[in-house]
Amino acid sequence: MSELDLDADVLVLGGGLAATWAALSAADAGATVVLADKGYCGTSGVTATAGVSHWLVPPERRAAAMAERRSIAAGLADDAWMARVLDETWRRLHAYDLPFPAAVNGRRPYRTIRGPEYLRAMRRLVKRAGVRILDHHPALELLADADGRVRGAAGVRRQHGGGRWRVRAGGVVLATGGCAFRSHLLGARGNTGDGLLMAAEAGAELSGMELSAYYTPAPAFSTITRSMSYLFGTYVDSAGRELDLPPAEGRVEALARALLEGPVRVRLDRMPVAIRERLRRVQPNFMIPFDRRGIDPFRDLFEVTLRGEGTVRGVGGVRVAGPDCATTVPGLWVAGDAASREPIAGAVSGGGAQNSAWAVSTGTWAGAAAARAVPEPRHRLRPLGRAGMRPVAATSALSAEEVAAAVRDELNPYEKNLFRTDAGLRASLDVLDALWPAVRGGLRGSPVAIREAAALVAAGRWAYRAALHRPESRGMHRRTDRPGPDPALTTGLHIGGLDRIWHRYAPVPREAVAR
Amino acid sequence: MIELILADRCTRCDICVRVCPTNVFDAAAGEVPVIARQGDCQTCFLCELHCPVDALYVDPDCENPRPADPAAIAATDWPGQYRRDSGWGRWRGRHADESWRMDGIFAIAREQLSDG
Repeated sequence: MSELDLDADVLVLGGGLAATWAALSAADAGATVVLADKGYCGTSGVTATAGVSHWLVPPERRAAAMAERRSIAAGLADDAWMARVLDETWRRLHAYDLPFPAAVNGRRPYRTIRGPEYLRAMRRLVKRAGVRILDHHPALELLADADGRVRGAAGVRRQHGGGRWRVRAGGVVLATGGCAFRSHLLGARGNTGDGLLMAAEAGAELSGMELSAYYTPAPAFSTITRSMSYLFGTYVDSAGRELDLPPAEGRVEALARALLEGPVRVRLDRMPVAIRERLRRVQPNFMIPFDRRGIDPFRDLFEVTLRGEGTVRGVGGVRVAGPDCATTVPGLWVAGDAASREPIAGAVSGGGAQNSAWAVSTGTWAGAAAARAVPEPRHRLRPLGRAGMRPVAATSALSAEEVAAAVRDELNPYEKNLFRTDAGLRASLDVLDALWPAVRGGLRGSPVAIREAAALVAAGRWAYRAALHRPESRGMHRRTDRPGPDPALTTGLHIGGLDRIWHRYAPVPREAVAR
Repeated sequence: MIELILADRCTRCDICVRVCPTNVFDAAAGEVPVIARQGDCQTCFLCELHCPVDALYVDPDCENPRPADPAAIAATDWPGQYRRDSGWGRWRGRHADESWRMDGIFAIAREQLSDG
């Protein structure tokens, strides 16, 4: 086993879209930067497996784009944040040579880009900027000085015999992604909410955790959660009756209700032939599962499912407490899906386009702000990791794997998460709350698996506790016992704490903006 | 889940060991890498995409292992299809990136749906 001890101005945790934009921004500001990723920077994170569209709007159309989003955000978004994100995303995407598709009719399409090529290019840019990349170096915990200011992190070198690493830094950017609750969402196995747990241990607040009920179709046996083609589907139930799904609003809920009755099959026969023929060049991974099962998805019926996206395409995460993406903890900034996206998405998912713009712009701001923090190498640092790291009792008989499976079984079923009720949420919280002492006591498994299990339990408890304390339906948070929004709850819902969870309603911060 | 490393294609470059986001493989000095943690595979197919010699095969079943026969898989175009359709490596320039059509395809779908 070999140990690694480094000093840097900025430490970025994560290796996906937000992390790479943060590292680039910090390095461009003149900082020495270390990026530590759980996986491989270039394939990690949900963007690497997808094709993303950016919320990229030319200046003259921004007012209309913002008005459109404001009309669906259910009162929880902020115009000033939307304007800033649009502005920064536009600037950043034009500033670097990224592998956007070749020019079409003389115009380079900057909006859409394929994930594997995007992250491969981001890795190159980050390396060229002088950032030191530590692949397969999962972070386990943050480190703080005596005043509680975050000044580094520590973790495991999982391809170096499990030796430990430690980086001391002036500022830390959390860009560890959202929590997908082990749903088999494409590319999201490592998205276990590690950053949320680490931030909460440092005292950070979360927000929007109840906004975590977004679902995407996929073949029942597969991870390929690419929603586009499913809009061309004919859906039938087990009796062979065609389902009458609404075109937009309520479509996913209707499909989920049918799935609760029994298997649903689909064929994508409404897709125009011209699109079928070029689908492989638009989404090169879409046909893989069908080819390998001998299914012609445009002719044959195949079983479909809905996979939960947790806080990935959901909204919740660490609360952004300032325009530079500071958290409420000094020394700690947050970016991408690890940050609550409420300021631009409100109560609905930002979809691919807003989410990638959020990663680009918050990564940029968090990286630049962390680069302004001054490292103090002489400080004595205190490790903040608790659950699953510093057991408070004898090791429990449970394994990390069993705990992760239990969380998955509470946070993914449609009847529990998509169609929420007071009684259902309380029943799930009983299960999740009962897991917490076991997690605090220590589980069986590798250090990384144990921390992932702890983060999954913590994120699940925040999500459902917040859902319980929002007795209304708003955006993607649907309470079947409380249909419709309650005007009194047009408010943010902050949450935090681990052994004892607290929550607080807070007015949506609105920066003065000229409409 | 990851099922196969085709030994007669593998050049022992260990790219798969490095790029797998969930650390499924172990390098084995001078030997073909080992699928050491199949249960951690997230069925993302990115190892296939990054393998320059089409030596990997991931079965699309994301929940259960589905043992595959190396000779049968080697006779298909599956191990190289993601790389081919992405226009990587020897396919560069022959499979254009048309991802920019996504926005337009979404629009067509929504239009069809609202027309009933």
